[in-house]
Amino acid sequence: MNIPSDLKYTSSHEWVKLEEDGIVTVGITDHAQSLLGDMVYVETPEVGRKVNQGEECAVVESVKAASDVYAPISGEIVEKNGDLDGSPEKVNEDAYSTWLFRIRPDNVSDLDALLDARAYQAIVESEAH
Amino acid sequence: MLKRTPLFQAHVDMGAKLVDFGGWEMPLHYGSQVDEHHKVRNDCGMFDVSHMQVLDLKGKDCRNFLRYLVANNVDKLKEKGKALYSAMLNEEGGVVDDLIIYYLEESWFRIVVNAGTAEKDVTWMKEKASGFSVEIVPRSDLAMIAVQGPHARERVWQAIPGSESVTSNLKPFYAAEYDPYFIARTGYTGEDGFEIMLPSGLAENFWKALHGLGVPPVGLGARDTLRLEAGMNLYGQDMDESVNPLEAGLAWTVDLKSERDFMGKAALLEKPVKFQLAGLVLLDRGVLRSHQKVSTSKGPGEITSGSFSPTLGQSIALARIPKEAVPGEEVSVTVREKPLRAKIVKYPFARNGKSLI
Repeated sequence: MNIPSDLKYTSSHEWVKLEEDGIVTVGITDHAQSLLGDMVYVETPEVGRKVNQGEECAVVESVKAASDVYAPISGEIVEKNGDLDGSPEKVNEDAYSTWLFRIRPDNVSDLDALLDARAYQAIVESEAH
Repeated sequence: MLKRTPLFQAHVDMGAKLVDFGGWEMPLHYGSQVDEHHKVRNDCGMFDVSHMQVLDLKGKDCRNFLRYLVANNVDKLKEKGKALYSAMLNEEGGVVDDLIIYYLEESWFRIVVNAGTAEKDVTWMKEKASGFSVEIVPRSDLAMIAVQGPHARERVWQAIPGSESVTSNLKPFYAAEYDPYFIARTGYTGEDGFEIMLPSGLAENFWKALHGLGVPPVGLGARDTLRLEAGMNLYGQDMDESVNPLEAGLAWTVDLKSERDFMGKAALLEKPVKFQLAGLVLLDRGVLRSHQKVSTSKGPGEITSGSFSPTLGQSIALARIPKEAVPGEEVSVTVREKPLRAKIVKYPFARNGKSLI
């Protein structure tokens, strides 16, 4: 299972990366893309939208099913990945370099409450049983 | 405990992602459902469909019993090996199941029913068989493998030496026996190919022989997108016991012309037909799914099966909508509380490797 140690995670299978400029990049984990299978549509949030932690703000759809993506922290959407419109399969090919959206966090310290790689791994393993 | 087919271990060995499908532990895909779909449209692939139930109907009243039991006219079966697709209806005209009937002899017809409904079907048939001299024999000793795609037949001929001579002239919807194989030119993909029934003990060797000839395994995920593109109904989604077959795209299988009486006929003749099953192609971005609401100029409807079509590269659906709505009309589908634009089209959407839209 591919779970990079330099990222933060949520129990709803988002990965979260704090960039040097204080912006937070969000995607779905390799485990999540593997469960969903071939991705055919990604709906990203509008830039400028304010989101609360845990709020639905994107949708990833595979041939099999649609799955909501939740805001891992509260803040404002500052960028969405427009490349995914024409090539949603990039999420399958490399889940960690294929980000969905970026958030300017209300409080950077909110990130401390997210899971580290080891804690996320434990969640993935517990789901397998 | 989920039921397993004789090919379960082969699926595990080939890296299948297994899911619970109507109580059976079945392969959803072996890596990529979309790749598997394209392989069947463009070359060929093999499916384990051993979860489906083969029933042998034996006895001197077979034909009379089937005349009464199913909505299509079994008297279309005159030649040995000929197959017939039909719905089996209840008294109210709802669909108990859809099935394929093969004619072998006057005292022997073979029926293939859906996995999830098999038990219910056998109970139903046995109940209806009282007064007829017939016996319903579940053939749980048989496995079934579908090999589908433009190159499917030649691979089967390579895998079963000697089978070509008895099946090369087989027309679509005919079957032939090549002991111990029962080879039918039928399928659920919109492609040429065979569905092969064989003793369970031979299934794994046959599966591996096909694999050795370059035939990839295909899971239930691609089976669903292939049948949807081909415009074939799925029981439990596009129709069930509450659905009138004439409102489920099955009018071509319901024989209301002959004098013959059959289970559900009287109810069908009394019911007004208000809906049709129509094809939809999504014009906006997104994916159509079952149960989404459709708004047409003639009234509301609902999607019964929806997915992404790998052949068309866009989302398609079958939807039950008012029968007055016509192809070409732009309709609205509610997806996550937002209206998306879709167009009514004639289906099938794709067959024989090509988009028909």
